[in-house]
Amino acid sequence: MAFIEIEDLQKSYGEHEVLKGISLNVDRHQVVTLIGASGSGKSTLLRCLNALDTINNGQIRVDGDVVSGPGVDLNRLRRKVGMVFQSFNLFPHLSVEENIVTGPIKLLHHSREKARARAAELLERVNLGHRAKYYPDQLSGGQQQRVAIVRAIAMEPEALLLDEITSALDPELVAEVLNILRDLAKEGMTMILATHEMQFAKEVSNLVVFLEQGRLLEAGPPAQIFGSPTQERTRAFLKQIIDAGRL
Amino acid sequence: MQRLSPAPRAVPIASTAVGVSLLLLFIIATLGGTVRNGIADPALKTISLWLIVVAMAAGALVLLMAGWSMTLAMRANRQTRADNILAARSSAAASRQDAFIAFGLSLAVLAIFCFVQLLLQNDGKLQQTFLQWQLMRESAVDVLQAFAVNVKLAVISQILVLVIGLVLAVARMAPGKAGAPIRFMAVAYIDLMRAVPAIIVLYLIGFGLPLTNLPVLASLSPDWFAIIALTLTYSAYVAEIYRSGIASIHPSQWSASRSLGFSYVQTLRWFILPQAIRLVVPPLLSTFIALQKDTSLVNVIGTLDAFNQAKFYASSSFNLSSVSVVAIVFVVLTIPQTRYVDWRLARANKRLRG
Repeated sequence: MAFIEIEDLQKSYGEHEVLKGISLNVDRHQVVTLIGASGSGKSTLLRCLNALDTINNGQIRVDGDVVSGPGVDLNRLRRKVGMVFQSFNLFPHLSVEENIVTGPIKLLHHSREKARARAAELLERVNLGHRAKYYPDQLSGGQQQRVAIVRAIAMEPEALLLDEITSALDPELVAEVLNILRDLAKEGMTMILATHEMQFAKEVSNLVVFLEQGRLLEAGPPAQIFGSPTQERTRAFLKQIIDAGRL
Repeated sequence: MQRLSPAPRAVPIASTAVGVSLLLLFIIATLGGTVRNGIADPALKTISLWLIVVAMAAGALVLLMAGWSMTLAMRANRQTRADNILAARSSAAASRQDAFIAFGLSLAVLAIFCFVQLLLQNDGKLQQTFLQWQLMRESAVDVLQAFAVNVKLAVISQILVLVIGLVLAVARMAPGKAGAPIRFMAVAYIDLMRAVPAIIVLYLIGFGLPLTNLPVLASLSPDWFAIIALTLTYSAYVAEIYRSGIASIHPSQWSASRSLGFSYVQTLRWFILPQAIRLVVPPLLSTFIALQKDTSLVNVIGTLDAFNQAKFYASSSFNLSSVSVVAIVFVVLTIPQTRYVDWRLARANKRLRG
C-alpha cells in the first residue's frame, strides 16, 4: 500500500476545470517531482493534497486513511503532511524562532525549551543558527525559504509538499535551498515537489510526473522521462526547456 | 557639439512678486488705517497701531524677498547674454523659487492681518464675545473640572469599543454556512449604528432607558447612558476598521498557518489578528479622537460635562468666552494625538516601503 494514494482527483474553480482526473501513488521515502507548464495543475494538486483546496471528485488517501470528503480532521492531516510555498509565507510579525516554534508549542504541546532546542538544531542544519532572533524582512529570499522549510519540518510531518519553492528566488540563492532538499531526500523524507528545476528533478527524484492541462500525461523514473519520453507533448515541453538552456 | 536650451523665464514672475508685495503694503496701510479710525477705545487704538507696524515690517520683508528675486532674474538675463547658459539657468531657478516664496508669504501675512483686523472691528466686539480674558479665567476652573467627565466618558467608552468592535469584526467575518446568521446580525448592527446619528442614539438612550423601568439599566447614572450610547455608535465604526485590517492580511498567511495544522480560530488568534491590529492602530486612534470630541454631545441628556458647565457661564454672562475655553481644551488635548497618529502613519508607510 502506497503512503499517499490519489484516485481520479478532479478539481475545478467555477467553470474552469483545473484537474481532470489524476491518479497517482507515492510510496514512503519517495521523492516525486511534478513538472509541466504553468497552469498545468501542479500547484492545485499540491494544495488539494494539503486540503487547502477542497476537491470536487475522486479520493485522496494518506497512510491508508481517506482524507478527502466531509468529516475529516483536516488539522490532523495537515500535521502529517507539511507544505512549503513559493512565496515563503513566513509570519512577518514573528521572529525566525517564533515562526518555527509556535506550531510545535501550540499544536504538538511541546515545552517551549524543547521546541526552541529543536528549532536551534534545525536552523543550524540549514546554516541559519545565527538568525534565530531576526525577523523575516531582515532575511534574503533564500534564507526565508530555508526558514519556511524548517518551520514545516519542525511539525514532524511524514511527507512534505513543496510548491515551486525556488521560483521566487534570485538564481544565486536557488542552490542553498535545493541543497537542503537533497539532504532531506537522503534522510528519506517523502516529498512531492512542483518545480521548474529540471536538473534537480533529474538528480533527486524517484518518480517524475508530467502534467498537461490538468491531466497526468506521463510518469516514470527520471531516466525514462528525460531520456526517452513516450508522449509527444512531453518531448515538446522538454525541448522548450532544453532550448531555454535550463536542462 | 553642445546645444543648451535657454534658462526658464524669471523676469515676469519676479516683477509680479514685486507688484504683489507692494500691493500687500498698500492693503495693510489702507485697511489698518480704516479700522483704526473706527476704534474709540484709546488702548485698542495703540494696539491697532502696533499691529499695523508689525504687519508693515512683515510686508517689507516680503518686498525684500521679491527684490532679491528680481536681482537674480536680471543676473540670469545678463548671464544668458554672456552665453553662460548653465549659470543663467541656476540663477533663473533661484529667482523663481524666491518669487514663489514671496507669493506665499504675502498670502500668509494678508490672511493673518485681515483676521486680526476682524477681531479689532467694532471696538473689538468679536474678541470680547469669544475671547474675553476675564470671563475665560473665571470659568476655566469649573470647566476644567467638568472636563474630567468628558475624559472619563471617553476612556471608558474607548476600552469598551476596542473589545466590542473586535468581537463584531470577527463575527462579521465568521466563515461558512454556520457563520451566516452571525454575519447577518453583525452586518445589520454595524449598518444600523453607522446610519443613526450619535446624538439621536444618545437622546434615545438617555431619556428612553429611564422610562423603561428595566432592572439595572433604568437606574444607571446619566454618565453610563452616555457611555452606552457612545459605545454602541463607535463600536460599529471600529468593527469596520478591524475588518479592513483583517481583510488586508494576504491570503497566503492563512494558507501558511492552515498548512501547519492551525484551525481557523487559532490562525486568527496567533497570526492574523496580531498583524491586522498593528495595521489599524492609526485609523483606530483617529476614530478615538472623534469619539473624544463627541463626548461633548452628552449635554443633551443633562450630563454635567465641560460644555454644559460652560453653557451655564455663557448664559449668565451673555458671553461665549467660557465655551471658547471648552474649544481650547479640546484643541490642546486633540492636537498632540493627531500629530502622534500622523507620526505612526508615516512610520507605518515607511515600514511598508522598506
